[in-house]
Amino acid sequence: MSADATIRSNVTGVPGPDLTPTATVLDKPLSECKVAICTTAGLRLAGDIKLWLDASFTVLPAAARDVQLSHFSPNFDRSGLTADINVAYPADRLSDLAKAGVIGSVATNNLSFMGAQLDATFSTIINDSGPAAAQILLDDGVDVVIFTPV
Amino acid sequence: MSVLSHVFEKAGLATVGISLVRGQAETVKPPRILNVNFPLGRPLGKPDDSEFQTSVLMAMFDLLPRTDVPVLVDFPESIEEQGSEPSSCPMPPRHNPDLNAAIDEANGLRNAYSRNLEATGGRTLLGRVADVDGVVGLIEKIIEIESGASIADVGWDSAAAIAASQDIRAYYEEAGLQLADNTGARQLETWFFHQTETGQLIRRARDGMRDRNDDKLATTYLAPMTQG
Repeated sequence: MSADATIRSNVTGVPGPDLTPTATVLDKPLSECKVAICTTAGLRLAGDIKLWLDASFTVLPAAARDVQLSHFSPNFDRSGLTADINVAYPADRLSDLAKAGVIGSVATNNLSFMGAQLDATFSTIINDSGPAAAQILLDDGVDVVIFTPV
Repeated sequence: MSVLSHVFEKAGLATVGISLVRGQAETVKPPRILNVNFPLGRPLGKPDDSEFQTSVLMAMFDLLPRTDVPVLVDFPESIEEQGSEPSSCPMPPRHNPDLNAAIDEANGLRNAYSRNLEATGGRTLLGRVADVDGVVGLIEKIIEIESGASIADVGWDSAAAIAASQDIRAYYEEAGLQLADNTGARQLETWFFHQTETGQLIRRARDGMRDRNDDKLATTYLAPMTQG
């Protein structure tokens, strides 16, 4: 079994909260929407990296490219991110799509959480850091959020 | 991520995410998910391939009009990791036999690391607890741990030990990008942990920490769980 298959097998079935999905309906075309990235790759601005185990998040200015991997887990490929940050944090691709008119614009800020949190509780994400993160994007006029893991 | 998408949708943001683990997405049921069978760590699939990355994004955007949530759609193309075939990196010859082999090796990779730094415009994943000039110092502490010291003995806590291992790995993998043609997912990881002096040193240090019941968090995350 490959390394990825082993890890996928280990994490499949890990229980999560029983949440009823809801869907926000866009009231305008994608070409008029402001789009943000929310990554759980544990990215932080250079100089701000730390071992990060909780449910907090950090704000990444959309124009910043000096982002670094702060994820504590060694259990995923890192060389792809080393070669091209867009493989997990597609900030350049969103800029391309905005220039092409496919999306309306890119958000002022993107957000980064730590995935596979060891210390986090779902209630913190649901009641505290999650709503606070959403509000930052709403205040910026964001319509659409794309989530990228590692 | 999946839990966050529920929170964001309730707040009035339309979301769509990528899943790298289908079973996880099936459990948490985020509103709209594109499941990709890509290597862990590469959710957009292919580094330095803007066309492919854009195709993944467009497949995500195609899900936005869907309100019959939860929606889980599989991306039609798969990419497998290649960790069973390590990168082929020509290693520098032994330069100073008086040095520990791992340190001599690390010194010998400095030029390749610098070339990669130049190629990326200065972007590096090194820097958690040391810059490039501090890598050898980190390896010296790993040598002490391999010889029986605890992470506390060398002045580290669990966070510092994990960060040090990741900095050393970043230095090697970034040098490796300049030395190898085959750098598919996990190929440099396997090269580092199995074919370099320093990677093997880290694995031995980790095994010793486990035998001595040293810091559990650091022992778990000093090296990938699949690099035995």
